[in-house]
Amino acid sequence: MKPTFSTLVAGATLVLLGTGLAAGVAEAQKQGGVLKFYHRGTPPSGSIHEEATNSTVSPYMGVFNNLVMYDQSVATNSADTIVPDLATEWSWNDAGTELTFKLREGVTFHDGKPFTAKDVVCTWNLVLGTAKARLRKNPRKSWYKNLESVSANGDHEVTFTLKRRQPAFLSLLAGGYSPVYPCHVPPKKMRTHPIGTGPFKFVELKQNEHVKFTRNENYWKEGRPYLDGHEWTIIKSRSTRVLAFVAGKFDMTFNSDVTVPLLKDVKEQAPHVVCHKGPTNVSTNLIVNQDSPPFDNADIRKAMVLTIDRDAFIQILGHGETIKSGSLLPPPSGVWGMPPDVLNKVAGYNPDVAANREEARKIMEGLGYGPDNRLQVKVATRNIAIYRDPAVILIDHLKEIYVDGELETVETSNWHAKVARKDYQVGLNLTGIGVDDPDAMFYENYACGSQRNYTGYCKQEMMDLFEKQSMMDNGPERLELVWEIDKRLQEDAARPIIFNNVAATCWQPDVKGFTMMTNSVYNGWRLEDVWLDR
Amino acid sequence: MSTYLIRRFLLMILTLVGMSIVIFVLLRLVPGNIADIMFDSAGFVDPAEKAIIEAELGLDQPIPVQYYDWIAGLLVGDLGFSYVSEMPAIDEIGPRIPITAKLAALSLFFSVLFGLPLGVISAVRQNTALDYVLRVVSLSGLSLPSFWLALLILMACVAWFGAIPIYTDTPESLWDELALYLLPSAAVGFRASALIMRLTRSSMLEVLRQDYIRTAKAKGAPDNSVNYVHALKNAVLPVTTIIGIEAAFLIGGLIITETVFNIPGVAHFLVEAILMRDYPIVQNLVMFIAIIVVVINFITDLAYAALDPRIKYAD
Repeated sequence: MKPTFSTLVAGATLVLLGTGLAAGVAEAQKQGGVLKFYHRGTPPSGSIHEEATNSTVSPYMGVFNNLVMYDQSVATNSADTIVPDLATEWSWNDAGTELTFKLREGVTFHDGKPFTAKDVVCTWNLVLGTAKARLRKNPRKSWYKNLESVSANGDHEVTFTLKRRQPAFLSLLAGGYSPVYPCHVPPKKMRTHPIGTGPFKFVELKQNEHVKFTRNENYWKEGRPYLDGHEWTIIKSRSTRVLAFVAGKFDMTFNSDVTVPLLKDVKEQAPHVVCHKGPTNVSTNLIVNQDSPPFDNADIRKAMVLTIDRDAFIQILGHGETIKSGSLLPPPSGVWGMPPDVLNKVAGYNPDVAANREEARKIMEGLGYGPDNRLQVKVATRNIAIYRDPAVILIDHLKEIYVDGELETVETSNWHAKVARKDYQVGLNLTGIGVDDPDAMFYENYACGSQRNYTGYCKQEMMDLFEKQSMMDNGPERLELVWEIDKRLQEDAARPIIFNNVAATCWQPDVKGFTMMTNSVYNGWRLEDVWLDR
Repeated sequence: MSTYLIRRFLLMILTLVGMSIVIFVLLRLVPGNIADIMFDSAGFVDPAEKAIIEAELGLDQPIPVQYYDWIAGLLVGDLGFSYVSEMPAIDEIGPRIPITAKLAALSLFFSVLFGLPLGVISAVRQNTALDYVLRVVSLSGLSLPSFWLALLILMACVAWFGAIPIYTDTPESLWDELALYLLPSAAVGFRASALIMRLTRSSMLEVLRQDYIRTAKAKGAPDNSVNYVHALKNAVLPVTTIIGIEAAFLIGGLIITETVFNIPGVAHFLVEAILMRDYPIVQNLVMFIAIIVVVINFITDLAYAALDPRIKYAD
């Protein structure tokens, strides 16, 4: 189509308007000030690649750059919101197996050393476990199962070679969990004194006191960051830290630290503060040890799925605000989750709970259980309220199908060790996902051999389906297949999702330029566009 | 006296050796170790990597070898490294000790400052309205949990003054420091002062009924002199014991208060270190506390002799 005069005029007007708006916004932004957060506990380390917690990624994301990242001003992450970061442009080969990035020139790390393609190669060799240096922990190794190698083509170009096509691979690189590390800094130092190319330099971490970051004066993005730094005061007591925020001691709460009930108190006591309440894309789910009889029987697992009354959980624990979902978060906050009309057709999601339970009881009776022969189980969970509370409700729901559960609270330090040993029958767990993409979700939590596949669910037919959707371009076909996979995962009781959590992040009204993301709590903490209107 | 001192000193050393063994073994009997906890933040446990971490930290060695390494290091002033921060343990523990020491000293000061005189007043004015009020106050002090009181103080500060007196930055002046520690130490000291008050009251009541007090009064000695010189001097002995015990137990009360007021002292740090199974921090800190307790006990014993000339430690 040839452009007509009127389209050219309209286009020019839009460009002018856009420029004017941008200029107006730019003029309003103020340089300076230190953004003060509270933090819920000492971050386990500063090495993002070694952790799977927003205790690390929220404060430390600004130390680093990615090759690409999710646009920090768009709330919902998707393939369409990926923007350049250390890579200026990228392209796929025709087979979709080689992804080549052109890298930004003239970028330096905080210690003055230049950033080159070698650093990208080193970073992903660390993650693949092929580097000489070793990560102590490597929680996202499963994301890169399809990554064959990474190679540098000179100093400013790098190619990721995949074993098969995987269009969503770029999404994995865009999250807060995919920073580029410097080749010349060993992993041990990255844990205690991380160095990156990002807008903020690490200053110090004092256990139980604070973690501080200062402005990177040599940041490659002109005019950024606006802040002189950001500081996170560590306050373990939730009552104290929320009171301190209400009293104005802090500019921002920790990432999604304000629960739905607590939000009401905060808004009552400090009506002027800005709060974003939204999904965290962290689900509360049931884990069933499929190696432990009688739970190796798929019918019992199905009955357990059928007895869950999700609305009861949502009303009691989330004051009606938490979200009913499968493994993936549904729109409008998420991209890939099943919408209500599809979800209601999945076994256990039918709103007629009485009918579901009737069906479940029949299954149990068929297996020989009944009012006089009840199944005794221990329901293990972490000894933390957000785990313990839903576990208690779960036990109540299990009673409906002749299963008597006994709550077994496990100290946090022993939880993953216990799960890894498969030393449990039934458990209640929370699962967060770094990137709202089916590849990340399925390969991390449901794939054979993945370290975070706690239940050990492993089916070749499902692996084939994971691969099939992974090779598809984004579009209705992939979406439908993803829904089908999610449906099967729920019905197989691979890790039945009870609800998707909702929480709030609050900030004082003079904090500007921050966008809280709706489908991942791990990706929106670069903080380079945040400024203080003081 | 010198023989007694030497014997007490040797006993102290023996107690500390025993304590070190108990601490060391108990810590290792608790399920889970730092490698498990490190993996917790990664959301999985890799047994092979866990074994490597355990070997790196020397946790794969037999317990007696680990104990020997710790004690040998301790004797030359090497406290090892924190498993969590990978920093020297001395650098982690050192700066926190003065914070807790100041808080503890201020709490003790408060408890004695209020507990002793109010106990005397309560006894002297027995069964008066003032006595009843003070008894109610002291009972509240004993029954209100310090964490609840601390939270109440914070809530009141936010509601009435729109400010919260918690530790977020290192205080720059003595005044800042005093302002920061005042409320937490009052929260902790309240319980101890209540205990001291009640004990002083009962002890005073007993002494006030003694013949020599009646004689002093009959001879026309002023009330204040009778109460505060003649009676209190004799009534204070059991109170001294309690003050010594309270000083040792203060660390327990400080754990909660340091958490609520967010004070980066050793008490709160110790609990965190226990949860993280940060053995070098826990071992050294508990040993440090044990030394303090043993020394306080020793000083209390010596104080008896100073306060009551009838008590002599035979050579």
